[in-house]
Amino acid sequence: MTLPRTPVSDTVSDTGPRLALSGITKAYPSVVANDAIDLDVAAGEIHAVLGENGAGKSTLMKVIYGVVKPDAGTILWEGKPVSIANPARARRLGIGMVFQHFSLFETLTVAENIALSLDRERAGGDLPARIREVSARYGLPLDPDRHVLSMSVGERQRVEIVRCLLQDPRLLIMDEPTSVLTPQAVEKLFETLRRLSDEGCSILYISHKLDEIRALCTRATVLRGGKVTGACDPRRESSASLARMMIGGDLPRPQHRAAKLGEARLVVDGLTLAADDPFGTSLSDLHLTVHAGEIVGIAGVSGNGQKELMAALSGERTVDSPGAVRLMGTPAGRLDAEERRALGLAFVPEERLGRGAVPEMSLAENALLTAHRQDLVRNGFVRTDAVRGFAAETIAQFNVKAGGPDAAARSLSGGNLQKFIVGREIRQAPKLMIAAQPTWGVDVGAAAQIRQALIDLRDAGVAVLVVSEELDELFEICDRLAVIAQGRLADARPTRDTNAEEIGLLMAGSFIAAGTESGRRLSPAGAVDV
Amino acid sequence: MDTVAQLVILTLAAGTPLVFAALGELVTEKAGVLNLGVEGMMLVGAVVAFIVASTSGSPWLGVAAGMAAGAVVSMIFAVVALSLMANQVATGLALSLFGIGLSAFVGLDFVSVVIEGIKPLAIRGLSDLPVVGQLLFGHNPLVYLSFVLFAAVQAFLYRSRAGLVLRAVGESPQSAHAIGYPVIAIRYAAVFFGGACSGLAGAYLSVAYTPLWVEGMVAGRGWIALALVVFATWKPWRVLAGAYLFGGVTLAQFQAQASGSAIPAQYLSMLPYLATIVVLAVISRDTVTIRLNAPASLGKPFHPAG
Repeated sequence: MTLPRTPVSDTVSDTGPRLALSGITKAYPSVVANDAIDLDVAAGEIHAVLGENGAGKSTLMKVIYGVVKPDAGTILWEGKPVSIANPARARRLGIGMVFQHFSLFETLTVAENIALSLDRERAGGDLPARIREVSARYGLPLDPDRHVLSMSVGERQRVEIVRCLLQDPRLLIMDEPTSVLTPQAVEKLFETLRRLSDEGCSILYISHKLDEIRALCTRATVLRGGKVTGACDPRRESSASLARMMIGGDLPRPQHRAAKLGEARLVVDGLTLAADDPFGTSLSDLHLTVHAGEIVGIAGVSGNGQKELMAALSGERTVDSPGAVRLMGTPAGRLDAEERRALGLAFVPEERLGRGAVPEMSLAENALLTAHRQDLVRNGFVRTDAVRGFAAETIAQFNVKAGGPDAAARSLSGGNLQKFIVGREIRQAPKLMIAAQPTWGVDVGAAAQIRQALIDLRDAGVAVLVVSEELDELFEICDRLAVIAQGRLADARPTRDTNAEEIGLLMAGSFIAAGTESGRRLSPAGAVDV
Repeated sequence: MDTVAQLVILTLAAGTPLVFAALGELVTEKAGVLNLGVEGMMLVGAVVAFIVASTSGSPWLGVAAGMAAGAVVSMIFAVVALSLMANQVATGLALSLFGIGLSAFVGLDFVSVVIEGIKPLAIRGLSDLPVVGQLLFGHNPLVYLSFVLFAAVQAFLYRSRAGLVLRAVGESPQSAHAIGYPVIAIRYAAVFFGGACSGLAGAYLSVAYTPLWVEGMVAGRGWIALALVVFATWKPWRVLAGAYLFGGVTLAQFQAQASGSAIPAQYLSMLPYLATIVVLAVISRDTVTIRLNAPASLGKPFHPAG
């Protein structure tokens, strides 16, 4: 990297800001995503852009990276007006972006992936050697010949970052980079970012995690409803004051009473299951008990067997030994999803569209899919009015913003559809609720509501199992925490007796004795790196 | 020994139309586009090649026209399936039916026409060498072209930057779009190439393999080519192997029919199709190979939403 070393400071350098946006406006048919946004980023500064989902952060970043064309506004790059027509142009200017959902090609190798985003001259010749060199220099070890699909999410993120670094960026955009990392991996990432900033590279850091922004960033711009609502020095703010700027009010704190334990409703006893897809994770000898009246969380980086475990619990995959999964005391290993639901199981899958709900069907029809036992079907005929009534009540009770029971599931925003799905399951008065990533991609307000609904369920004496990648969420709502890594499960421990650091080490597989990697096949798809 | 050489030559000759069509379709599918119109594009290529060859008197002009016709027809598919984002399966099936009907209609007046087709090479001295002469220098020129096409496709996909971009588009058009590649344009080019290859395959049938025009003369080879691509797990050399297997069994069953086998001719005619599918299905059971080579976005329309 041949960048001039500029001291890190809050002041804009003599040449003016590296990037200055003024009056950026982008309207979509139903919503103004960016409304006259001004933003400037100094050389070598780590600048946070803060806001809820739907505040316009991602649209603004796409404008800077040339993926989206703004309707109005000007962009100054190092003092000169530019029009960034496409990502290739952005890269030529020296703008790199690490996407929230990785833009990697799984079946290609690391070197091929990186070559795709470099221009012809840089992609040629000794690219693998340069990848090794840059990755070693920044402490991001990478093997250029590995296929991406055999890599963990942390490693994939390294590929994205190294890919940007090879373009000698002068502005790096990071879109929610830590959502899939263990706490230890986050610390490592921050070291890399601080080092880049010391070398003069500006960083735009998008996140809704307030602690991280306070730890890393020197300036923050807050967006709400597509407008800039504030700017501050996050190091001088508290998480609460940042949250107020972000959502325009206080976050509701969930109420958490002491657990009143009842009988064991879910017992997983020696569950072993081979992965059904070559890049999946096999489960080996899992043990877990969830009692009535408690919330048990399973932490872990995705791809460590969560998908397989959820399928084995919901009944999408059956296991040979009936006693490996016991629901409400009944051996259920060989029961299918419908039979397990009849025992009192409710299940909220990770994918809202496709598994949680049929996108093309109305909310009423989607309600019928799992709630048909609620007297919605008589003699084989659907009671249409009762179905619509059930959907309408769910919409009202859980504050779902939707056009009514006849609105298609795909017309709802992620958060609202999730509230509907969770509501649909809760209104069936389950004995055991299993929820996978219940607040993934849901805005802060809806997430708080969903968490509260799960806590209310527990207080009503239901057994609740939550699988999540969000440690904060698990610490907030769970009574006990288990950790899944490489298809193995660490014993659940009371949440108050543990901390993020310990859980982070467990997520990295510290509880697995060396040499027992039978949970993996072909490739360590679920491996975690610290 | 001469019979062995003759068998090899006939096997390659029978497998060549599948090589052309399947390699074209392979490139199309590697870009994530499933064009089921191969049979139709081959028929249009065959009839146009035959008409141009018989009216101009130049079979080579016919081959060029057949390729052009296949490519033009494929563009109908591209507009409907890529620009208008219609369902690719339905569009491809419709294209096949369209090609079958169109070729039958256009070719009506040419059914009993006789033309001078493209003949196998006969290089004075070389082709007359015992055994090797025939094996190396006795094929139809278009068979040599199919070898060139195979090498070119292999090198393009796995050695060139453009091929890398094409594979990336087939793997994840969203990601390719995000890093700035023109997904739709690349897919158009892939469909165009597939169409031209199908047209070439049809032209080979009507002006080189059996220089005549008969309605429906492609006889399901377009469908076999489609199956070949899938069962070959999108690997060019497996496509080649499958195509020659088909050619070899075709030949064997002709021999069996000619020698008066007791098995009814209909069953023997099924044999090449059955054998190809069974063998390829068995060797393609490895799910890892499939995951690494199958274009993940195959058949899914891409919306370049901002």
